[in-house]
Amino acid sequence: MPEHDAQDFINALPFARALGMRLDQIGEGHAQISMDWDARFVGDPATGVIHGGAVSALMDTCGGAAVLSYPGALGTATIDLRIDYMRAATPGQRITARAECYHVTRRVAFVRATAHDEDSANPVATASGAFTFERKEQP
Amino acid sequence: MKAPEPVQKLKHRRDSALATLVGAVPYAGFLGIRFERHGDELTAVLPYSEKLIGNPMLPAIHGGVIASFLEVAAIIELSWAMLWDELESGRLTPEAMADTLPRLPKTIDFTVDYLRTGLPRDAYARARVNRSGRRYASVHVEAWQDNRARLFAQATGHFLMPQRKDD
Repeated sequence: MPEHDAQDFINALPFARALGMRLDQIGEGHAQISMDWDARFVGDPATGVIHGGAVSALMDTCGGAAVLSYPGALGTATIDLRIDYMRAATPGQRITARAECYHVTRRVAFVRATAHDEDSANPVATASGAFTFERKEQP
Repeated sequence: MKAPEPVQKLKHRRDSALATLVGAVPYAGFLGIRFERHGDELTAVLPYSEKLIGNPMLPAIHGGVIASFLEVAAIIELSWAMLWDELESGRLTPEAMADTLPRLPKTIDFTVDYLRTGLPRDAYARARVNRSGRRYASVHVEAWQDNRARLFAQATGHFLMPQRKDD
């Protein structure tokens, strides 16, 4: 996907824009999207840790982007998504999600994803999910 | 026998405890989520707003918004159930809660089932604590828009309960 299209992808999604997401990389069933820590996204004020739902939104967007970048994809929607929270994301640090669409059938795409903060060796969360896979019309 | 607490006082006490609990979660405010209470039963309400859209072509609410809404509903329900007895017995007051916010459960995992497209209108969710032990809890959440019987999403999550003082 050319860079201006990648930027358009995020700009076209009001909620991705509201969370300040940035598409870092995309192509061939892989995507990387990141977002800054923000006080408005905090889930537990005692710790300043970002809400699981915000991490989930990042993973879901990244998973959808990975599916759309798979050759032949036209559209997608999440069927189900499971997130495992390994540890609290460190407050103040940017969160980066990477997703891989590792298998597609005629109508279904399978995705796994990980998210980390500035300590890229220890994931904050992992996810796996199934997405719908809408194909371009065969000529 | 002790005279029952006047109804307005009782409602005020419960409502301010709930407002303190929900008000302490910035992300719930960011999404515009509020809670309605009937006795101990909570219904989470997500009023529609343009920023919640994920697919502008349909248009549809972003899957991440739906996951967030369900997770907020689950955590508030679980916290509410955890605090209810203490609040009712008077061992915990809304004022004391506001001074020292209760520790919230931590999500271990959360699985969302997207059953239908989230339409550009208000959404509602109700969570049920299926099991709540001293350390772990399992919560199921259902969300709908126009018809209670036509769910547009459901989720199950597992949570680590905050450690109590007597542990």
